[in-house]
Amino acid sequence: MNAFDYEAPQSVDEAISLLSAGNGNVGMLAGGTDLIAQLKEGRKIDLMLDLKQIPEATALSFDEDSGLSIGAATPCSKIYSYDVVKSRYPALVDCTSLIGSIQIQNRGTVGGNFCNASPAADTPPAVIVLGSTCRIAGANGTREVAAEDFFTGPGQSVLQPGEFLVSIQVPTPVANSGAFFLRFIPRNEMDIAVANAAASVVLDSDKTTIQEARVAIGAVAPTPLLVADAGAALVGKAVDDEDAIEAACAASRAAARPISDMRGTIEQRIHLSGVLTRRAIQGAIQRAKES
Amino acid sequence: MPGKVHVTTTINGESVEFLCEPRQTILEVLRDQLDLTGTKEGCSNGNCGACSILVNGEVIDSCLMMGVEAEGQELLTIEGVASTDGLHPLQQKFLEHAALQCGICTPGFIVAAKALLDQESNPSEERIRLYLAGNLCRCTGYDKIVRAVQDAASEMAE
Repeated sequence: MNAFDYEAPQSVDEAISLLSAGNGNVGMLAGGTDLIAQLKEGRKIDLMLDLKQIPEATALSFDEDSGLSIGAATPCSKIYSYDVVKSRYPALVDCTSLIGSIQIQNRGTVGGNFCNASPAADTPPAVIVLGSTCRIAGANGTREVAAEDFFTGPGQSVLQPGEFLVSIQVPTPVANSGAFFLRFIPRNEMDIAVANAAASVVLDSDKTTIQEARVAIGAVAPTPLLVADAGAALVGKAVDDEDAIEAACAASRAAARPISDMRGTIEQRIHLSGVLTRRAIQGAIQRAKES
Repeated sequence: MPGKVHVTTTINGESVEFLCEPRQTILEVLRDQLDLTGTKEGCSNGNCGACSILVNGEVIDSCLMMGVEAEGQELLTIEGVASTDGLHPLQQKFLEHAALQCGICTPGFIVAAKALLDQESNPSEERIRLYLAGNLCRCTGYDKIVRAVQDAASEMAE
């Protein structure tokens, strides 16, 4: 590993001033499960900036009015062990509890999963369908970006030099809503998604009609995708409307722009986009009914 | 050339101070500076779990944690698992079940299993296999390891 300096700022402001002095060649350290592995593979940085002393970056809190705030440096295991997440955000449990091993979940973060911006990342689809926003700090203050707009390409995001992701804000689930995430891997655990998908729905008061729906798919395009057409296909339809669900699956297949690689082919990934969309929608409806 | 950083931490119940370069992982510090060579280096990229240690009771891969991050934390390595009275039940059961052959993965398995049994006194076989999925063993085929952990859990529950 090449030599670098290390700083653990105590505040967002201190982090911003260190970032702007850092020549752009700064590695942001949260759980380190991507960054440290990349440094070992030859990535060069001048400064490692550890976010774990910054209160906003490590906080995990819930407020009925403002929703769930996930500090960018909060490890996955803290998230899926948090009572409010277990009871009200089960889709976040779905995705954070299947990333890597327990060792990785105890270090790896949702914020890091976003900033690393792998097309196959497992947390973005669920975070996107929950209507979340990314809170980004920079020299000019804080800005908010919708989770689905955060990614710009493989390994790339809207983060500009001098900016960093502070937290992810997830709205409070409304009544009669549910969300679900799943992925396809050929093993039981410890694998990278061939494809993944998440869905969220809001049902009417007698839980028979879909009022709102969002679908997101991953590992099938350069970035995670919010498939607006898939959600639109479900709105106003009965929860057991097979044609509507098939229309949503078709929208996901149409939105997918996958590559063939060691984990799967283009054809398989397009097919999986439809299959996983169906199962995500059905899972979301089931949870909404049980809510 | 960045200077060395002074770190104060707790390792196996004892207060420890060391100087390290920011680029050194805690695995390198443990093995090369503190002579705690029980923790093994395997893949060095977070896949194999041979370097597992506990930080504040949670199992992590020490190859993916920087030495400077140990500041103020409580670390437990394989050297701290046995008490002055003798082996930890997990260590005893690994011996009785012959749950190791070459032994490189064993310290990682034992500290990871300890983290599990510290949290859950009676985990199912499925739970044990899932929890230990981040620890790879190329000798045993895992069955003996799982049985050793189950047996240790039973004994610790008595």
